[in-house]
Parts: sequence; C-alpha cells; structure tokens
Amino acid sequence: MRPIANTRSTAGIPTGRLAVWWVVASEIVIFGGLLASYVMQRLAHPEWTSQTAVTNVWIGGFNTFVLLTSSLSAVLAHQAAEHGDGKKAAKLLYYTCGGALTFICVKAYEWTHEISEGYTLSSNTFWSFYYTAAGIHALHVIAGGIIMLFVAADAKKNLELHRVELIGIYWHFVDIVWIFLFPLLYIAK
Amino acid sequence: MAEKIAGAQEHRHDEHAHHVETFWSKYVFSTDHKMIAMQYMFTGMFMALIGGFFAYTFNMQMAFPGEPVPLWGGIVTPPQYNALITNHGAIMIFWVAMPVLIAAFGNFLIPLMIGCDDMVFPKINRLSYQIFFLSVLVLLSSFLVQKGGFGGAWTVYPPLSAKHEYSLTPMGSSLFVVAVALEFVAFLLGGINFVTTAMNSRAPGMKLYDIPMVVWMIVIASILFMASVGPLIAGAIMLFMDQNLGTHFYDPKAGGDPILWQHLFWFFGHPEVYVVLLPAIGITADVMCVFARKKLFAYRTVLYTVFATGVLSFTVWAHHQFIAGIDPRMAHVFTITTLLISIPIAEMMFVFIATLYGGDISLTTPMLWALSFIAEFLIGGVTGIFLGASGADIYFHDTYFVLAHFHYTFFPIAIIGVYAGVTFWYPKMFGKMMNDTLGKIHFWGTIIPFNCIFIPLFWLGLAGQHRRIYDFRNFPELAQYQPVRVFAASMLVTMLLFQLLFIFNFFWSLWRGKEAGPNPWKSNTLEWTTESPPGHGNWKTLPTVYRGPYEYNVPGRKDDYWPQNVPN
Repeated sequence: MRPIANTRSTAGIPTGRLAVWWVVASEIVIFGGLLASYVMQRLAHPEWTSQTAVTNVWIGGFNTFVLLTSSLSAVLAHQAAEHGDGKKAAKLLYYTCGGALTFICVKAYEWTHEISEGYTLSSNTFWSFYYTAAGIHALHVIAGGIIMLFVAADAKKNLELHRVELIGIYWHFVDIVWIFLFPLLYIAK
Repeated sequence: MAEKIAGAQEHRHDEHAHHVETFWSKYVFSTDHKMIAMQYMFTGMFMALIGGFFAYTFNMQMAFPGEPVPLWGGIVTPPQYNALITNHGAIMIFWVAMPVLIAAFGNFLIPLMIGCDDMVFPKINRLSYQIFFLSVLVLLSSFLVQKGGFGGAWTVYPPLSAKHEYSLTPMGSSLFVVAVALEFVAFLLGGINFVTTAMNSRAPGMKLYDIPMVVWMIVIASILFMASVGPLIAGAIMLFMDQNLGTHFYDPKAGGDPILWQHLFWFFGHPEVYVVLLPAIGITADVMCVFARKKLFAYRTVLYTVFATGVLSFTVWAHHQFIAGIDPRMAHVFTITTLLISIPIAEMMFVFIATLYGGDISLTTPMLWALSFIAEFLIGGVTGIFLGASGADIYFHDTYFVLAHFHYTFFPIAIIGVYAGVTFWYPKMFGKMMNDTLGKIHFWGTIIPFNCIFIPLFWLGLAGQHRRIYDFRNFPELAQYQPVRVFAASMLVTMLLFQLLFIFNFFWSLWRGKEAGPNPWKSNTLEWTTESPPGHGNWKTLPTVYRGPYEYNVPGRKDDYWPQNVPN
C-alpha cells in the first residue's frame, strides 16, 4: 500500500526520479571527497608516477569500454520501458548486468595479477587509494547489478516499469565515477 | 474551488484503515512516520541520559580528582576518563541532537505540516531508523569490549585514532568509527525521504512560501548534511582501513597525511553545526509566532539568509585547524569567511526580535524555551568571533574557552531547542497537555544552572585551562582554580536533577494531563487541523492550503488566527 504522499508530484518530477537524483547527489560528494583527497596527495607526491606506471591501461581501457556499453543497453531498456515493452526492457537490463559481471571478472583478474606482483593495499598510499577507490566503485557496480536483476524480474511481468529509468540513472552515475577513476588511476603517469 | 475538490478526492481508502495491528507491527516495525518519529525521539532521549551521565562522571573526576564517583562505582581511571569525554561529545551530537532535532521532529512534522498522510518512502523511513538503532547498539557495545571504548576525542584525529598502539583501544576505536558511519547512512536515507517528501507531497495550494519555517529548516539541514557528509564517509572508510587493513592514508611515514583527516572531518563538522542549528531555529520561529500572535518578520529574508548561511558554512571549516600547521594565508581566508557567517545568523536574531516587537506575548513554557534559545545562543555566537579570528584562536585553541563557547551553541540547539519543540508539540503527539507549572520550574532549573556551569568555564579557559586533562592538580598554575571546578560540577548535578522533573512531567502528563483537543495553542499550521494524536493517515480528508502559516491578528477577522486550510 502506497501512501498518498507517494502519488503526489508538487515539484513536477516523479517522486522516484527525484529521490534517485538525491541519492546520486549524496554519492557524488562521497566519491568527490575520496578523489579530491587522492588528487591532493598525488600532487604532493610526484614520485607516485613510478607506481601508476604499473597499472595496466589496456585492462582499464577494456573495462571502460564494457561499462560504457552496458550503459547503452540501460538507455535502450529505458526506451523500451517508455514504450511499455517490459519484456524487451528486461532483456536489455540483463545485458547491462552481463556488462557488470564482465567488469567485475576483469577487475578480479587484474587485482589478482597485481597482488601476486606484490602491489597490495598496504604497499604505499598510492596503492591504498587505488584499491580503496576502485573497490568502493566495484561495490557500487555489484550493488547496481543486483538491484537491476530485481528491476528486470519485475519489468519482465510489465510491473514497475518506471524503475527501469531509475536504475538507469544510478547506472550512468556508476559509469561516470569510473570515467573519473580511469584517467586518475591508469592514464596519469 | 477546483483545488478544494481535487483535495477532497484524496480520501484514504477504507481497507487501509482497519487492518489488524499487532504490538510488533504497530510499535517496532511500523512504517508510520509518527511512530518512527517516536522511536527516534525516545532513542535520542535514552542516549541523552547516557551522555548526561558521562558528563556527570568526568566532571566529578575533575572536581574531586582521584575520589570514587557515586553511581559510577569507583574511581574514574585515565582511559575511562578519555572514553567518557569522547563519547559524551559524540553521543550528544550524533545520537541526541541529530535523531531528535532532525529525525524525530522531521518525521513527525513534515507530513503533518505539509498536509499529507506519510513520508513518500515509508519503508526506507523504517530502514533509516533500523540502521540508526544498529549504530546505537554498535556504539554501546564499544564500551563493553576489551580495553574499553575509544578515548581519542570525538574528532577522532589520526594518528591517535588510526594506530592501536597509540589509542590503546583496538576494538573500541574501530567500533566507534563503524557506529558513526552507520549513523551517517541512516541520516542520508532519512534526509532523502524528508527532502523528497517536502518537494513533492505538499497539500494542494501549498506554495513554497506557505511552508512553515521549521519544515524549511529541517529540509535545508538535510540537504546540508547530504552535501557535507560524503567526504567524511570516504574519510571514515579510509580511517577504518588504516586501523584494520594496514593502509597508510593518514600515516606520514608511508606517504599519508594526518591533516587530510582534519580537512575531511571539518568539511563535514562545521556544516554539521548548522545542520543541527537550523531545525532549532525553525522550532523557535514557529513557537514564537504562535505565542507572540504575530506574523514572522521577513519570512522570505529569513529563507534567503538561511540559504546564504548554508553556502557559507562550506567555506569555514579550516578555522578548526588554525594551529594544525595550515598555510597562514589560508588562515586569513578562513578567518574572513568565518566572521562573515556571523552576519546571516545575527540577522536571524534581529528577525526574531522584530517578530516579538509589538506582539501579544504569552510566556508559556514553550515560549520561555524559545526566548531563552535566542538569549543563550547569542552568547555562543558572540564568543565564536574570538575563535574565528586566527590571531586570537592561537591562544584560545583547545582551552575551556572553546569548550564553553560550543556548549553555548550546542546546548541551546540540542537541549533548549528540543525542549521548546517537545513542550510545544507534546499535545499533538500525545493528545494531552503538559503541566505548565512543572514545565516552568524545569525551565528555570535548567537555564540558571546551565549558565552557572559554563560562564565560569569561559574564565577558566582564559586562565589557560586546557581541555581533555585528567587531573588539573598536576598543573600548579591551574590547581588554584579547583573551587571553580567544584562549583561548575555542583551546578551540573543540579541541572541534571532538574531533568528528572521533566521526565516526571512527560510521563505523568501522558496519564493525568488535561485533554488537549485538536488545537490548544490556536495555531495556524496544518498539524493542528487534525485530531490529537493524529490517527493512521493523519486526516480523514487531506487538507487544502489557502495561505501562509503565520497569519495572526489579521485586521477584520473575528479570531486572532487564520488556519492555513480555512478557505476564508
């Protein structure tokens, strides 16, 4: 049972979308604080260049490609949901989940490799930031993927189709965080 | 008229009204905003008792060092002393001021004052309280683990907090960080709910400038919290990893920076002052208008002023770090912004005085609290100017002057503001009136000892008394002030004893209080247009709004008030 409060729209924006934007806003400052800390430290430590040289741009680049492509299917899912085609929306969301899974698997391979080379969380502050920032981002990818499975399961039965857009907004945010992380952790040498 | 019909169509469906409620579904796992407000309020009051008891215990140690403290059961050891002062501060801010001012009043008042039946996301609201409750359990358990609770001050500065060989509380310091982080998550969830509800679920006809001030203030405070807490959440994760996973974010030996924590902490910590201040100002504004029977002076100006305060509050944080080794040129910038922020706050003080001017003032208990909020907070604000100036702060830093200053801000916020709100909305919450005589005795029994505690502490701070010292007898130049400490501690005990009167009045009135009726204060805002306490769904027919909240003594009307939902 949904309260009447939930059905009103005084601001002219659907309640769910409004709330997701506030979630994104609060997440932006979390990652903002973390990345600002990293950038400040990075500027103070030019010697970290030798550490960033170790990270693999090709693996990072491939993951960037995977994540951006998964956002595309999230957009297409939204479009399908707008047209009331829940089945198609669900299928496209499953593609996005597949992207998330690929991203995590690649990440797992990458980290295993780096840890076996001796670059661990406690090696030095660069690696602390590297694993923390990418790790928190990866948790968001996993959480988003799991929520998406629930949304897709509903969408398949043509239920709660507006949620397809909401999880899409969140997914784009996760994407954009990675767009910041990729150059900061991989490209800037 | 069309609006009225639109409003009238929003009847509650009957099948919602009579489903079976068990004890668990009604009181523990409720999704009703009023019940969640009560859960937050009673948890906050319980934590206030613990925080107050901690204050009593360490003040007794300061006044009578090395002697057993009654009720504590023995002498207070130095690690216990540190844990007590640390957790007193953390509890009063994170587990008393936040849950009561933001969460309890926000939950209770927002739907009732904007005329809807509940929050937009009742289940997220319930989840918010559950996470908050978990944070309470984690914090309380941190006192009971081996080597006791964290004792490195509520600001949790590394390296003291980051390394177990310095803090000596391996479990306590991690649990402390986890408890605070959980508390932040709870308030982020709650805040998103508050902001979305106030933006989207207002009654038909309620425009932005028809929203009561207290709702505005809680919403702006929620946004401030949301915008400032993120970096500290990141910082808390980093601190937890430094404690337990061997990272070196705050360890200069391995390329980290302890000052980084101070920036992340105070980037949140200073806006946090305004996060708790704004709801208290909102409560004061609403209470004053009702008991001065006058329109709030310059409603829109107050609102713009609050926006300005909110923006400025993000630019003042480094005034906490003047002696932490920051660049003196930066200190200049932060001195200027800090002194600037006193302007909007001073403006609000003048607005309140202008609201009172020429009003029909009745000195009820809530009004006394509201008036004393202005008077006491003014002392806190004025003494802050000395600390905001980087030159003076070098001498005042970490002395009892600072301590007295922020108690003159936080006590009016977390205690006086809360009492103003509780005594004012008690009839709505429980349907009974509190006893006014007992309320007034409690008021004077709180205000007089409060000033007697903290005015001497300003003086002790000027004399050079530092904070967080276990036994001042070790400092010959400070030992001579022992009578002042004894006086302050005795006043603290007096004040705490008077709080028992409030607790008695609170519960006795539940049982024996006079029936309140829907609108005992003859107030305009929407919560007073339904029965007391409001039933499930708040109104049988949700109200429609025709005017602003402060139309008192409008010429040409028979009544001196004009409720927001009355067409003409």
